[in-house]
Amino acid sequence: MEIISFPHLGPYHVPIARLLRRIFPHMEVRKAPPITKRTLELGSRHSPDFVCAPFKYNLGNFIEALEGGATILMQAGGGCRYGYYGEIQEQILKDLGYSFQFVQFLGKEATLASLHRACRELGTPLTGSRLLGELALTLRMLWVMDTMEAYVRENIGFETTPHSFETAYGAFLNALEDVDSFSALASVYKTYRKKIGGLGVRKPVDCLRVGIVGELYSLMEPFSSFFIEKTLAKNNIMVSRHINLTYLLVLKQLEGKRLLRQAGEYLHFPIGADGTDSVAKSKKMAELGYDGVIHLKPFGCTPEVNAMPMLQNIAKDYKMPILYFSFDSLTSETGIKTRLEAFHDMLLMRRETRREAPGSGADMSHTA
Amino acid sequence: MTIGIPKALLYYKYGTLWETFFRALGCDVAYSALTTRQTLEDGARFSIDEACIPSKLYMGHVYSLLGVCDRILVPRVESFGPREEVCVKFNALYDIVRNTFPAVPLLCYNLHAQKGAGERKGFVGMARNLGKSPIRALAAYNEGKEAQRQADAARTREQERLLEEPDTLKILLVTHPYNIHDPLLGGPIVRAVRASGGTPVFADALDKAACAEKAPGLSEHLYWTYSKELVGAVGLCAGQADGILLITAFPCGPDSLVNELLLRKLKGVPVAHILLDELSGEAGLVTRIESFLDIIKEKKRHTA
Repeated sequence: MEIISFPHLGPYHVPIARLLRRIFPHMEVRKAPPITKRTLELGSRHSPDFVCAPFKYNLGNFIEALEGGATILMQAGGGCRYGYYGEIQEQILKDLGYSFQFVQFLGKEATLASLHRACRELGTPLTGSRLLGELALTLRMLWVMDTMEAYVRENIGFETTPHSFETAYGAFLNALEDVDSFSALASVYKTYRKKIGGLGVRKPVDCLRVGIVGELYSLMEPFSSFFIEKTLAKNNIMVSRHINLTYLLVLKQLEGKRLLRQAGEYLHFPIGADGTDSVAKSKKMAELGYDGVIHLKPFGCTPEVNAMPMLQNIAKDYKMPILYFSFDSLTSETGIKTRLEAFHDMLLMRRETRREAPGSGADMSHTA
Repeated sequence: MTIGIPKALLYYKYGTLWETFFRALGCDVAYSALTTRQTLEDGARFSIDEACIPSKLYMGHVYSLLGVCDRILVPRVESFGPREEVCVKFNALYDIVRNTFPAVPLLCYNLHAQKGAGERKGFVGMARNLGKSPIRALAAYNEGKEAQRQADAARTREQERLLEEPDTLKILLVTHPYNIHDPLLGGPIVRAVRASGGTPVFADALDKAACAEKAPGLSEHLYWTYSKELVGAVGLCAGQADGILLITAFPCGPDSLVNELLLRKLKGVPVAHILLDELSGEAGLVTRIESFLDIIKEKKRHTA
């Protein structure tokens, strides 16, 4: 029996695996083994030296999946370099001596017809309209997940019972695995909205609010950012993040030109992949009075490097500190934690200063 | 009216078009001086650390034009059509310069074929911005295009002649024109190849249409136009070259993947990969090129 596998992207392996099981009931669908240091080491060893880190993570996932017996590997593509990952990864894996089938879904070339054709070639029993139905259900599931996760993200820093949010969210993801219809999905959503919404939260009205922007993999795959959102939560910070799969696959397409306008005078043109979003959302959060913004990217990520001069100006103009991180295979976790601590301390100090002398406008917006 | 043109990045592709266009409109053209170490130092000061070296050079060139011209030309390029994109650095260059040097008057055109922003429309828009009529703009644009076409054709003929020359050591230099033709980045490489008895052949100067045809054979999903031109050039004359030098400027996004593919796919011809970074001295470069050419000469002697 064919074993089909795909790379990790945070909690999204749940809807992805579920979708693949529905499309390919005659195959075994296995998410790649969980990401560990070994995954990154393996991936880095066989990747071009300064390719962006998500490539290395993906490659590590693929190698570990192949070691576990996968026979079909799935990859997607779009945005910046991501659209070109698959071809090189396939070449590297073949050169390493693995034999497998490599299936790519490239955002730029995908139509429902081409998707269905590719699935039929792999033996799916689904018709075009059934496939469309499954895709629609998956998009709805992503929306449910992302909505729930946003609530968790903004409140987990203030839970009255330690680990209650994490446990409940984990149970929610498990429940999603067995969903096979829109009504089942609605039922799971209702149940967990009540459960998670009912968890004890002690959140002060004037809690610290931090926004997270940047490159999609660094944002959505917690391992790649050393679980930065978890650290922020432990420090009782409300975290807001706009980028998730629902945003990238649906909302961003609907927003169109409005996104560029949101960036105001900082951008006259889009600057590639999600760089435009980093600028637009940072400006939005500055206007909403957020205490600070954290910018995440893999080392060398050009769209996000493009965004940085604009972000520096936003930080200066709105006197809102922005902390910049670059991740690659050699990033030190201690370094990240130290900088986060310092950032947190600074945000608290600025609050104090503003409380003592409102309007003093202590300008501490310059950060490394 | 003096238009300042930074001698970096797309200057090496469209410089003739630009100069001819602006002169035909009655403007003066001021160029930044050719790249030196100082240009890189200045540019690095105004760039994000992780930005690629060619873009840092570009910022250095823009910096040197401050105050010496009325407007600085900074085009914005995104795509030439479906699956014909360019590195996102070109998408952002105009906004980066604007945010880094606020209050500096710039002149820009947007090239995004898929959104109806074609080249001709962009140039007419620039002319209107300078107070010139569309008719004059179109004439100037056509003159510029023809001049660029002729300059490119002459360069292509020269490379083709070099490839046909018997009894020479033809080394195909595969890298973007703003690397190899830049005196700081590419100058030492070209000199080292010649000093070791090699004849440099520039992949970026070969016929673009012929290259575009050959590219899919080597890489099926490649969508960066400038990289396709280089990959196609390799496909076109790998057989005639005695050696291939892949040159990457750190940390070029497209090259990090494209050159990896070429390294893995090119068999039967000696290939070396050179990585240019800010800190590398010329000595290491020269040594590597010398030994590369020595190996090729040995190989040729044996097979003769």
